[in-house]
Amino acid sequence: MQRIMAEKAKELLQNGTVNRVLGWKKGEFVYDITPAVFNNTEEIDAEFVYDDFCANNLSKYLIKESRKEGKVLVFLKPCDTYSFNQLLKEHRIWRDHVYAVGIPCDGKIDLDCLKKQDIQGIVGIETQNDNFIIHTLYGDHTIAKEDALAERCLNCKSKKHVIYDELIGRDGEVLDSHRFDMVEKIEAMTPDERFAFWRGEFSRCIRCNACRNVCPACSCENCVFDNPKSGIANKAAADSFEENMFHIIRAFHVAGRCTDCGECSRVCPQNIPLHLLNRKFIKDINEFYGTYQAGEDTESRAPLNIYNTEDVEPSIVYKKGGNH
Amino acid sequence: MKKLSLANLDAFFAKIADKQALYMPIENKAGQLQFQRWTEGAKLSVGCNTVRSAKDFFFPQTENLVDFKVKGKEIEIIDSRTEKEDFVIFGVRACDVRSFAILDKVFLSNPVDTYYKSRREHGTIISLACTHPEETCFCRTFGIDATQPEGDVASWITEDAVYFQPQSDKGQKLLEKCGALLEEADESPVLRQKQQTKTYLDKLPLATLSTKHFENKDQLEVFNSEKWAELSEACLGCGTCTFVCPTCQCYDIRDFDTGKGIKRFRCWDSCMYSDFTKMAGGQPRLTQLERFRQRFMHKLVYFPINNDGEFGCVGCGRCLKKCPISMNIVKVMKTLEGEEK
Ligand code: SF4
Ligand code: SF4
Ligand code: SF4
Ligand code: SF4
Repeated sequence: MQRIMAEKAKELLQNGTVNRVLGWKKGEFVYDITPAVFNNTEEIDAEFVYDDFCANNLSKYLIKESRKEGKVLVFLKPCDTYSFNQLLKEHRIWRDHVYAVGIPCDGKIDLDCLKKQDIQGIVGIETQNDNFIIHTLYGDHTIAKEDALAERCLNCKSKKHVIYDELIGRDGEVLDSHRFDMVEKIEAMTPDERFAFWRGEFSRCIRCNACRNVCPACSCENCVFDNPKSGIANKAAADSFEENMFHIIRAFHVAGRCTDCGECSRVCPQNIPLHLLNRKFIKDINEFYGTYQAGEDTESRAPLNIYNTEDVEPSIVYKKGGNH
Repeated sequence: MKKLSLANLDAFFAKIADKQALYMPIENKAGQLQFQRWTEGAKLSVGCNTVRSAKDFFFPQTENLVDFKVKGKEIEIIDSRTEKEDFVIFGVRACDVRSFAILDKVFLSNPVDTYYKSRREHGTIISLACTHPEETCFCRTFGIDATQPEGDVASWITEDAVYFQPQSDKGQKLLEKCGALLEEADESPVLRQKQQTKTYLDKLPLATLSTKHFENKDQLEVFNSEKWAELSEACLGCGTCTFVCPTCQCYDIRDFDTGKGIKRFRCWDSCMYSDFTKMAGGQPRLTQLERFRQRFMHKLVYFPINNDGEFGCVGCGRCLKKCPISMNIVKVMKTLEGEEK
């Protein structure tokens, strides 16, 4: 796949369709991929990579990249196309400066899954049928693919590309995933248990802002929490509860716009399951206003942006057993 | 050298925790290591390394510095410090212990930061030698020996025992208090372990990484490198690298009006942030390129110039592991060096 994509990129550079390519660049080890802009065919030959570690969603970079002169080629995995579409819908990307190439994805490896299985000192990885052979400083490990993939990939919502100018390979389908299973488990908790669950998870937050900065839905030029003039600049929280509120406010802010791309959970250094918060909103929106997938198209009105008489009444909260 | 049978490890911890707070790496709910307070039943994790570094003990993420109460024309100044307890940190790795020496150069030189100083005085460090370094480790680049960590007491865990070597008066005193559990020991098991670990250290992918390129370097030459643009292009400006880094030391001080008075607090800041060192005239570094460059110029150029050649990095590898876009000091060093070849 990497070879086909590199050829495609070079072809489009050479025939003048685009003048830059947004893709992934290989690193020091087997897994430390960095998003990068390639300006010519030599750079593609030297460093372009596409493999099981190219997890970064490139859509958000297009906010900046598409404002530059000329056209940029971007490679989008199925889930990335939803983020791209959503950003188009919000008029954050200049569409005519982008050439989008859809690429297939079989799921990406989550390094933390390997580390949790006490695999350390990783120096190489090979694919063998449904397994990965992982070479480490301390010997080899064989592990099944599903034990190495990121949660968001095991619960992939769609292998379909919702937008592209050109597709490499065949398009997939929207999938029936289990992505709301854990949300249901949390809903089934008592309010006290649920409170304790989230307090525990958030207690690890170091407020590095990686979740916010990577998020395609968090595209404000200046976040209120960074703006000393906003009156709620939040460099240090007064207490741990105020700290926790940051995440809840952020989840509200991206509600109806979050495509469930899963980048926030991927980048969190403390492995806080932020996706569960967003999925709760997605699940509620589906139940209250009818199924809605952010980023699926660029025309429909988002349920939280319109009002119609069938909308649920606030009392639904009580009916669902909420008492806080 | 003293020896403690592994079977007595909990008794040893209990003995220390009886008199003072004891912290050590313990696995958290997310399956990662975190310095946590030891209580009966807690299990020490010997994996490498904690997500947050040990700098938190001396330079916490947020702290209240002072309170002010204003009455008419009078201002009352209240010292709001609370920490006065002695504490012990067990299991600090060689890279992190060295980071204290780097932080000391900043906080203990004139004018001395008394908040930091008091925490340093209250803390006793029992370091722990590494046995299974990670592929991201490169402490050796900075002359750190992972098998012989600094600290008040150094320790080595073998299959059946923990070996201790006091390295300061504080450390000597701490061990004396636990005397009954310890016995004099021959150091040959430790020497064997060191040998074994050295063979791993030799094989690390970053074993030959060198700082040569940056030694006695003309600062403007590095500063003006064209490579900063490509190195920084994908940076999210999140600051994760600075928050997990044991040697990143920048902070902000602000006043907060509580309605009943003013609280002056200090919190970590990051040169990667858009509001870092924001003054009336704005933030002096307008683009992410400039902010990104600042982090690495500080560690690789400015810090050594001001501190007898000591670099502002200890090779712990945290920024390699945690950067969302996998950009880090190693890639910066190699790219800038490569440029010259
Ligand atoms: S990425 Fe994780 S640790 Fe960083 S601010 Fe977000 S939740 Fe907190
Ligand atoms: S909140 Fe998380 S899952 Fe949703 S769009 Fe942002 S990064 Fe993606
Ligand atoms: S710069 Fe990176 S490797 Fe160096 S001390 Fe900081 S976190 Fe560790
Ligand atoms: S280098 Fe990486 S961790 Fe540091 S601010 Fe940039 S994206 Fe975040």
